[in-house]
Amino acid sequence: MLDGLTNGIVYGLIAIALVLVFAVTRILFIPQGEFVAFGALTLAMLQQGQTPGPVWLLLLLAVCATGMQLYTLLKSGQPGGILRCLLKNLLLPVAIAALVLWAAPQQLALPVQVALTLLLVTALGPLMYQVVYESLADASVLVLLIVSVGIHLAMTGLGLLFFGAEGFRTPSFWDARWQFSTLTLSAQTVVVVVTALVLLIALWLISERTLYGKALRATAVNRLGARLMGISTSLAGKISFAVAAFIGALSGVLIGPMSTIFYDSGFLIGLKGFVAATIGGLASFPLAACGALFVGLLESFSSFWASDYKEVIVFMSLLPILLWRSFVAPVHDEEEE
Amino acid sequence: MKHMRTPHRLLLALLLALLLLVLLPTPLFWIIQANYIGLYALVAIGLVLLTGIGGMTSFGQAAFVGIGAYTTAYLSTAAAWSPWLTLPAGLCITGLSAYVLGRITLRMSGHYLPLATIAWGISLYFLFGKLEWLGKYDGIAEIPSLQFFGIDLGQERHMFFLIWVIVLAAVWLSLNLLDSRAGRAMRALKGGRIMAEAMGVNTGSYKILLFVLAALLASVSGWLFAHLQRTVNPSPFSLAMGIEYLFMVVVGGIAHIWGALLGAAVLKLLADQLQVLLPALLGDGANVESIVFGVILILLLKYARGGLWPWLCQFGTRLMPSAALPIRVQHVSTLARRAVPTKGDALLEVTNIAKRFGGLVAVNEVSFGVKAGEIVGLIGPNGAGKSTTFNLVTGLLHASSGTVRFNGQEISGLHSRAIALRGVARTFQHVKLLPSMSVLENVALGAHLRSRQGFLRNTVNAMLHLERQEEQELLDEAAHALTRVGLQQWMHAPAGSLALGQQRILEIARALCCDPLLLLLDEPAAGLRHLEKQALAQVLRQLRESGVSILLVEHDMEFVMQLTDHIVVMEFGAKIAEGTPAQIQQHPAVIEAYLGGIE
Repeated sequence: MLDGLTNGIVYGLIAIALVLVFAVTRILFIPQGEFVAFGALTLAMLQQGQTPGPVWLLLLLAVCATGMQLYTLLKSGQPGGILRCLLKNLLLPVAIAALVLWAAPQQLALPVQVALTLLLVTALGPLMYQVVYESLADASVLVLLIVSVGIHLAMTGLGLLFFGAEGFRTPSFWDARWQFSTLTLSAQTVVVVVTALVLLIALWLISERTLYGKALRATAVNRLGARLMGISTSLAGKISFAVAAFIGALSGVLIGPMSTIFYDSGFLIGLKGFVAATIGGLASFPLAACGALFVGLLESFSSFWASDYKEVIVFMSLLPILLWRSFVAPVHDEEEE
Repeated sequence: MKHMRTPHRLLLALLLALLLLVLLPTPLFWIIQANYIGLYALVAIGLVLLTGIGGMTSFGQAAFVGIGAYTTAYLSTAAAWSPWLTLPAGLCITGLSAYVLGRITLRMSGHYLPLATIAWGISLYFLFGKLEWLGKYDGIAEIPSLQFFGIDLGQERHMFFLIWVIVLAAVWLSLNLLDSRAGRAMRALKGGRIMAEAMGVNTGSYKILLFVLAALLASVSGWLFAHLQRTVNPSPFSLAMGIEYLFMVVVGGIAHIWGALLGAAVLKLLADQLQVLLPALLGDGANVESIVFGVILILLLKYARGGLWPWLCQFGTRLMPSAALPIRVQHVSTLARRAVPTKGDALLEVTNIAKRFGGLVAVNEVSFGVKAGEIVGLIGPNGAGKSTTFNLVTGLLHASSGTVRFNGQEISGLHSRAIALRGVARTFQHVKLLPSMSVLENVALGAHLRSRQGFLRNTVNAMLHLERQEEQELLDEAAHALTRVGLQQWMHAPAGSLALGQQRILEIARALCCDPLLLLLDEPAAGLRHLEKQALAQVLRQLRESGVSILLVEHDMEFVMQLTDHIVVMEFGAKIAEGTPAQIQQHPAVIEAYLGGIE
């Protein structure tokens, strides 16, 4: 029951990231789950004092991004911008990579390692948007979806390359356990709940109170309108990807101590996030969060009653959900190509 | 058209190549490769129909392959059925599950289907792997081989014939299907749904049809797979394989049946090469293949979205330019026409219709009528609610209140499809046509409802090309409409290559093909030059003579005044005046609306 709740919270965080990314960029971000796995496994690598593989991915993406920008600069005959472009695109990723490379063998304290993990994985998000999606911003949802699947394939392959086929379980942040009559409450659950709440409040504050948050919301409502108002949709895309990557990494760090994570565990977790997000029609944050709790509970109940068919039950539950949604909101949006 | 067309020539060439492959002493390795390519191609053809033509996508095709394979595996071992009987059983199960899945998801916008198919693919994979009677993850072994009049098809060389006969049949049927009335409707699903509905196409049914067809092709592939391998286990039917099928189609060319074959071949050969090459380069253990596939997929979609086939075609046409198709000038229509109501009878009666979008009242209690054999102009400044009124009459939007009666029947609340069936055709303010299809095909879409065949019968006939007589009649009708509006010399050009004014005329020709009693034209003269406008006015007058009534929105006052019998003026969603052109020109409220009041 409590397991279901904590899993549900993690799915909820992922669902929120998915809804955010979809609203802002129209991308169904299948590889969201890979960020979760990357987060958990990066932390595990840091724990063992090894250099986490995503550092190389970060550098590779940064080089790709820089190369692509240099190419357009040279083609349009603006060699003056080269230095600025180099600095802008390379400085931060290289700094982060250097920091991680330096810190990895030091076996620093757990909170520092968590911070490093979050930093590293979050940095992947916007770069991925820049390299892969930016030039495709006007493509149809379908094309974007297939591209996402491409990223998923590549990231799973990379995950195996970086982390190996073994699964890891990271140590928990807080080992205490409390007994309430028949109910055992582990501290890790408390950590998950509190972190999720803090994150939700922070996200809400950012989206309501800051200019960037408002820009994101504007882009979600109307891309063209936002662009005409001087909001860079590309910036909005990068921000939403950064948030998504951050949420993914955080979820990974949170579930790392509770279940063993393999390089390909992320996919199923991400898909469960999708099931949850679909309950909210990929548009509503509160509904997506409720949906996630439902998915988490369904999963823990079905693993209790019919553990063999756990996944089948969870994913098949999408069908009645879709049926229900088709009656509640039969959206017919025409996508003109 | 007795001479052979390009697709059929290609089909013949492929047949010869395949025959050569088996007749020559080809090593068994290549025969086996060809067998697998054929199996993949079957699934890929379905995906081309679904994704490239219909604009939907599925990651769950591998699961449908799995249903086909497991059905035959179980029935031919545990139940000891003849393998030839398990094929229809597998098709039934697959078709039914695809139908249910499609009914649930296709009602909603596009991205739910791929999500649902992902969930479907994963669920089935786990189900195959967990069910005791399906052998769990070990699967089912010792599946009997196929027997064909005493010939054992267990041998790869024999199986080759069966697989490729089926693949060629699938190609032939799909090509036939696309080159037909049903095919035009299917090609309209991607990016032209509203327009197709207004032409009376039941887009929902065609979507489900495509989804079921794709699933059935996958199921056949699964049946063949089970009897080729003689054993099944869950892993070839996982989601990863579903993704790989989509990958083949993207590589080969997503909008072309031939692209499916090309993609299947390229992927199978590439995957084999990679499996040898990559571990040698990078050391094994790592799943580098999926990285390479993922990256290629992204690069292709970023830089060559059409895939390999269109690229090859470019070469082909440079080597062998295809002969220009003959222009068909058609002066008479042969199709049966509707009975025309008596001139002067009330045809369209709009009573107090209103449309509110939240707090905004776009159309406010507007009433007017169109009599049979009359041209009525609907004019007013921008934002007056004219196009909204059009959408209310044609069923694209539903009125918040009020009624619309047409030819004595109430039509408010009906789908645009049902309204089209009753004889209302329209054009759009923002041209809606299918730019890559030819002008003739675009216009023929308008004649969709002129077919006398039912939905399924028409589809089956189209696949077998048994409906050629009727197809000719429909195309003749389209050619007739084009001749009528003067676009006949462009009939084989892609519709997107026409100038905007011509595209509007094309829309009129398409609407004419519906055999309308009432034609609604939204700014037909916009973008036309003076002489073209005169010609258009002439066409519209002829139509009026033949009994068609016309309701038109237009900003060119000269055009409206010389053509119409009656004018309705709207401003801010309300009707402000109504009368003959002469009365309207003198009407104080109209003058104020257009020129501003005198203070």
